Amino acid sequence: MENQILAICLPQQGTLPSSAFEVLSAAKTLASQSQGKVFASLISDKAQTLAQNLNVPGIEKVFALEHPKLGHNNDEIYAQAILKILEGNKFSAILFPGTIFGKSLAALLSSKLKAGLAVDITEVGMENGKIKAKRSSYSGNALATLMGTQETTLLIALPMVFPQAEKSGNPPPITLIPFEPKESQMEYVSFQPESSSEIDLGTAERIVSGGRGLGNAEGFKIIRELANALKAAVGASRAAVDAGWIAYSHQVGLTGKTVHPKLYVACGISGQIQHLAGMSSSGTIVALNTDPECPMMKTASLSVTGDLYELIPLIIAEIKKRRGG
Amino acid sequence: MSLHIVVCVKSTPTTVNVSIDESAGKIKTAGLSYAVNPFDEYAVEEAVRIKEKNPGSTVTALSLGPEHAEAALREAIARGCDKAVWLNIPECDTHNSYGTSHALAQALKKIHGETPVHLVLFGKNASDGNAGVTAAQIAGWLNWPAAISVKKIDSINSSEAIVWRAVENGVDILKLKLPACVGTIKEINEPRLPSLKGKMASKKAVIPKWTAQDIGLKTEDFSSSLEPLKIEKFSAPPPRPAGLKIEGSSAAEKAKKLVDILIERKLV
Repeated sequence: MENQILAICLPQQGTLPSSAFEVLSAAKTLASQSQGKVFASLISDKAQTLAQNLNVPGIEKVFALEHPKLGHNNDEIYAQAILKILEGNKFSAILFPGTIFGKSLAALLSSKLKAGLAVDITEVGMENGKIKAKRSSYSGNALATLMGTQETTLLIALPMVFPQAEKSGNPPPITLIPFEPKESQMEYVSFQPESSSEIDLGTAERIVSGGRGLGNAEGFKIIRELANALKAAVGASRAAVDAGWIAYSHQVGLTGKTVHPKLYVACGISGQIQHLAGMSSSGTIVALNTDPECPMMKTASLSVTGDLYELIPLIIAEIKKRRGG
Repeated sequence: MSLHIVVCVKSTPTTVNVSIDESAGKIKTAGLSYAVNPFDEYAVEEAVRIKEKNPGSTVTALSLGPEHAEAALREAIARGCDKAVWLNIPECDTHNSYGTSHALAQALKKIHGETPVHLVLFGKNASDGNAGVTAAQIAGWLNWPAAISVKKIDSINSSEAIVWRAVENGVDILKLKLPACVGTIKEINEPRLPSLKGKMASKKAVIPKWTAQDIGLKTEDFSSSLEPLKIEKFSAPPPRPAGLKIEGSSAAEKAKKLVDILIERKLV
């Protein structure tokens, strides 16, 4: 059987987010190891238009399914659409983005298809005709190696791990598959955008986080200034959130968000295991703290001992200087 | 309006700081102690709050696992659940999410047959597996609707619920026909501690133990040869490379050195 790999590219509010291109690059990696062919799906109320943006070399074909009811994240209708694609095609791997919607959809389909589901994978490959993937569990303390045993394996790509597939040249061949949704037990009522204009933690390339060491809520002012200078999202430790200095949506760690940015700057965060669990797989970790012996300073790639209120303004000034003003 | 809410709880190790037996490729479980997965406390609390608002409602806790799962169910009763069902299928104890969701779905079908279920609540994810897919997987087996990452159950009656699903850039407001599976997140509530009355009830509770046969399945249904995804091994994550301490005679010098390195590594 020909080895076909399907990348599920999910739009968010009418545009293609970075996660769609991460899934494509994971699919291309898998294909390159297994003489496979990469296919993509674009399911949306304006699928044909959006599919033009998937101009990533190496895509065999984009399956476009278009319907007004596909304009929102309705899991059931999307699942119906994906099942429609599977009616006429067999895939050894179906890759989903690790967004909330991607995860929900993959989980729903895994039991409908009675297929294996590898969640939040950080590596994927093929060995002796079997899909192999790695994922972390126990909050980063254990790495599991998984193996698919059946014809089709579903995989969810952990966000910010796979590089974004590069775009170039012409749009890929697009096949429009007619789709008429059946009745759904879920009704999409409305979407409420995040009120702040801040960068989303989960997909941020850079994050600046503040902790107890800031001393008070005012401290997040310099955290935000540093975040602005670095074009970073703002994170926080549980201690800072519990103290009421910043909203829960900024919390990084076991009971908050798990993040994998290229750069994580921890300011006044001692690095309790619960916090480390949410960020220790970040690319470069910078720690600023008065206590050189705290766990965060030991974990960090780069550690600077000193007073936050002295260091941070100097760092901001230095960045601005180097940018030429 | 009386509702029947089921809460799925998992008994997980009280620490995530586990060590690995590299030669066997397994987690060392000897000496681990177990408790209710901390994320499930939010699901239990939400179920109890819905019950309190809708007199006559019942909350059933359901857990799949070995002996310590029964202890987790007693904890759920102490926190306000009315009754519990302990599902004991040893074949499912090895991190097999396919078998787990299949077994829980079958158990829910049986519970639903005895007393119709309106809502099944879950925690965000288990503190050991960290996957967060069970709620939607079970919904897939049962052909019920599902929403994960729910931060608010805005309204509920016996036929539908409106839930707020927190996604990357905002909130999806969804109307679900019931019965439905809902995965909660921490923002949904602040769990209370077990009450004295609850603790008494948990001591006295008689918790039925169901096996694979009791839910209409055979142990063969959970045989490892049927697992569509196998865990080949566990290994320790690669250690982070040793860090660099940035020294300097003044804060300004340290700041400059730090920015130099960040620019050199193309992080700024």
